[in-house]
Amino acid sequence: MSSRFTGIGVSQGVAAAPAVVVAPAIGVEVGEPKTTDFDAASAQVHQALSDVAAGLTARAAQAPADAKAVLEAGAMMASDPGLASGIDNLLQAGKGVTNAVHDAVEEYAAMFESLGGYMAERVTDLRDVRDRVISRLRGVPEPGVPQLTQPSILIARDLAPAETAMLSADTCVGIVTSEGGPTSHTAILAAQLGIPAVVQVGELRVANGAEVAIDGGAGLVILDPTKEEVDALKLRQQRRQSALSDSDAPGATKDGVPIALLANIGTVADAESAAAKAVEGVGLFRTEFLFLDRESAPTLKEQTATYTKVLEAFGPRRVIVRTLDAGADKPLKFADLGPEENPALGKRGLRLSMIRQDLLDTQLEALAAAYKATGADLRVMAPMIANKPEADWFAERARAAGLPKVGVMIEIPAAALRAEQVLANLDFASLGTNDLQQYTMATDRMEGALARLLNYWEPAVLDVIAAACSGAKAAGKPIGVCGESGGDPGLALVLVGLGVSSLSMAPAKVQAVRTVLAAHTMEDCVKLAAIARKQETWEEARQAVLDAADPVLKDVL
Amino acid sequence: MASRKVAIASSVGLHARPASLFVQAATATGLPVTVAKEGGSPVDARSILAVMALGVKHGETVELSAEGDGADAALDTLVDLLSKDLDAEA
Repeated sequence: MSSRFTGIGVSQGVAAAPAVVVAPAIGVEVGEPKTTDFDAASAQVHQALSDVAAGLTARAAQAPADAKAVLEAGAMMASDPGLASGIDNLLQAGKGVTNAVHDAVEEYAAMFESLGGYMAERVTDLRDVRDRVISRLRGVPEPGVPQLTQPSILIARDLAPAETAMLSADTCVGIVTSEGGPTSHTAILAAQLGIPAVVQVGELRVANGAEVAIDGGAGLVILDPTKEEVDALKLRQQRRQSALSDSDAPGATKDGVPIALLANIGTVADAESAAAKAVEGVGLFRTEFLFLDRESAPTLKEQTATYTKVLEAFGPRRVIVRTLDAGADKPLKFADLGPEENPALGKRGLRLSMIRQDLLDTQLEALAAAYKATGADLRVMAPMIANKPEADWFAERARAAGLPKVGVMIEIPAAALRAEQVLANLDFASLGTNDLQQYTMATDRMEGALARLLNYWEPAVLDVIAAACSGAKAAGKPIGVCGESGGDPGLALVLVGLGVSSLSMAPAKVQAVRTVLAAHTMEDCVKLAAIARKQETWEEARQAVLDAADPVLKDVL
Repeated sequence: MASRKVAIASSVGLHARPASLFVQAATATGLPVTVAKEGGSPVDARSILAVMALGVKHGETVELSAEGDGADAALDTLVDLLSKDLDAEA
């Protein structure tokens, strides 16, 4: 008997494959008996440590270079003689096995944390080893994404960025999470890799190896699907493929209003693969990858070389570069401003750049050099702008560096409401809808349990976007969207109706958006936007647009 | 008891890759090698956690000690290793 569940589809496509359940870390055994037989307890712990080390070593052998180093470091920690003797001391004192492992690891964790910086970050790796050993001792699977050896559908509560970064579309053919939202790391990465994904499905009881089928467009998950159900999904996929326009003409509404369809990219490799597709350029080049996970800031030379490569890949097409967006959930080792009570409301984005102006100035200089070398259509924008003085501060610096077109991201409601003033001295704006909804709804994007409050169909978020669009119009400046929302074909229509003139998204989503735009006039889009804003909840807004739009919209989802 | 002093050449200090290379080399000697910061108490050089927890930075001096057959030769090898910028040789 099959059973069906619905969540939010965040990455289109269908898949049917055995489930691989991502186990949670279970923690120490509550009420664990004291150790009375030291030799037996010690042997048990040493076995678990060496099993964990062997598992991590085996995975390291097959992992890509950056993941390899982390796995190898974990294996070394698990086989560390100092840790083993620390655990033995606690066992001898009578602690139970899982508590001994926990407490011995915490001693090192405390030392690492007090050293700060790089060492403090290794605490995550250390606790990962701890959780693996404790799970082994308690006879349950190790937590985290296991190594996938065949095409599988991952079932998890949510996935950490480090876990998603190691996935490949070859073995991970689908992702289902009980929590997470449309703007979670899981959703963004799944879309980038083109892996069908459904999030916020709620509690799912699935055994490892059980057959699962998913439709990442409609948000459907079927456990133990029948052959008919799998066939129906495949048929839907075929219908979707045939509904998708094979046009590679520039994006436009049915009545010919141009809407630029752009790609979100994060690396040179992304740039090269996106440039080969029918996109009109890049709407968001996240430059963080150059800065994260390293000990010192990238040099002017290194940055110039990278930006030049990206600009060359796109020739005459526009490339919008976002300057360093670090802080909050993306800390930098070489610009650590200390812990914050509320990182999402703290020194992140441009605020970090205003404190560490050296970082921003080097980046702007590198961008200007790449612009000079290529003559490309380069546009630069800053993240996390709150008001006009910040926008002006950035614009002045960017222009002084020799950059031709300067804009800002609108992701703070204050900037959206005052868009006309904020844009006065700029060339363009781009709505960062992921953060804009987090700040409109006062809901942390990292808080999986509140994901129900985070949906870009939320009428309040649409109202804030509408305010930003009317401000941009009054200022006579173009405004685009570069959050995940632009890649949702239904919402794309609404955004165009609200007044955006470009949509940037994961390249895999472009064709569906191009198809639905071509089936609706600008007047249709304006009507759909009004319908969506009239609703009371995001569910109603989405459904009302699905009902009122051309049926092709349902086909491409 | 043989001992040697050496300044850490790796630009990141004695952690990350340099630390793991050092610990692997210390383990390979088969001797109970210890490492200490100047004026600090010695820790097991075969323990990555203990070595990392020393928090030795670039340019700081550490003292290596070992006992047993071949202790002098073993320490010379380790001194050689720490005198190179291990992070630069990827």
